[in-house]
Amino acid sequence: MRYWRKPLDADEIEVPRGDIHIVESQCKGCGFCVEYCPRDVLELASGYNLKGYHPAVVVNEAECVNCQLCEIICPEFSIFVRLKNNQPVCATDIDLRKGVDIIES
Amino acid sequence: MNEAAHPMESILRMDRMPHIWCPGCGIGTVVTAFAMALQQAGIPLDKIAVVSGIGCSGRVAGYIKLDSFHTTHGRAIPFATGLKLANPELTVVVISGDGDLIAIGGNHFIHAARRNVDIKVFCINNFNYAMTGGQLGPTTPEPAITTTSPYGAFENPFNLPFLAEGSGAVYVARWTALHIRRLTKSMTEALLKKGFSFVEIIAPCPTLYSRRNRLGDGLDELRHYHDKSVIKHGADTRELDISYRDKIVMGKFVDRERPTFVEALDKRFTEVFGKKYEPYGKVAT
Repeated sequence: MRYWRKPLDADEIEVPRGDIHIVESQCKGCGFCVEYCPRDVLELASGYNLKGYHPAVVVNEAECVNCQLCEIICPEFSIFVRLKNNQPVCATDIDLRKGVDIIES
Repeated sequence: MNEAAHPMESILRMDRMPHIWCPGCGIGTVVTAFAMALQQAGIPLDKIAVVSGIGCSGRVAGYIKLDSFHTTHGRAIPFATGLKLANPELTVVVISGDGDLIAIGGNHFIHAARRNVDIKVFCINNFNYAMTGGQLGPTTPEPAITTTSPYGAFENPFNLPFLAEGSGAVYVARWTALHIRRLTKSMTEALLKKGFSFVEIIAPCPTLYSRRNRLGDGLDELRHYHDKSVIKHGADTRELDISYRDKIVMGKFVDRERPTFVEALDKRFTEVFGKKYEPYGKVAT
């Protein structure tokens, strides 16, 4: 997605923020959530959990928008997201991905 | 950080976790989609029964905190049929694998679809018999390598949506473990549909099918689904064969109305016996 200007309704809309819960002992490190998180919030840990897998860890919780894709794609029932709050659109929502140019109108 | 309860806790037996499925297996994702579909369909949880056969997917019944039954190999559908006829109020769901439903239970499958028994069948297709060591199954595409086809499979695999439609199912869809939102919607529709509903779910089997064919792990399989899947609602089911590593056509193919088994029975007996006949399931006990 490439924005060429600030969206007109940026003042009116609010972006939901998620609170991510990971049950580390259940994670088997399949990486589904890491691969398919649209905001790259998750990563596989370098350490191990009790069963010897690299569990998923949250590296960038501020960018989670509570889409709950990780929750539904997780085959281990080990990650879920609850709505934390709704926040106004901030610069990181628009200028999230690398290479996005924003021309302030 | 883990104080909050998992949203699926009311439907899943969380005390049994972690489950036995391998890392990268798609069955857990399908169970999540099913749990979400149950919540969306709004059916009271005490009016649902889940039946599974044998195999990796047969374990689903054990992890679901509803009335659930783990039956003998291939006999999930006859068991579900009996359950539905004994208590017509129940929504009876069969979640099982391709080896269970289509191979040993293939005969039951076609006849339940022919009679249009009001059960919902969710078939998790991972292209082989996974729990017993990855043998050739009736859905293995040629020339996939399995334990019992070391030089590559050479049999023609089943086209499950075509089989279901040809046998008489009223709702036929196919999705993969990657298309979870659409799968959830499809499962919700199937749960609310009256008659024999069939949803095929393609799921990765990283430990056996993928490993023997050197296809990588579960994530690589999901990437393959992403690259090769074509969503085509209402497609002709005759053209839905899955060739080895080729495109997978998915979508909702059939949504039609046919009298269910009980409706047909009531109609026939009312014609024959007139007012003497009391409709099935309405008899005071």
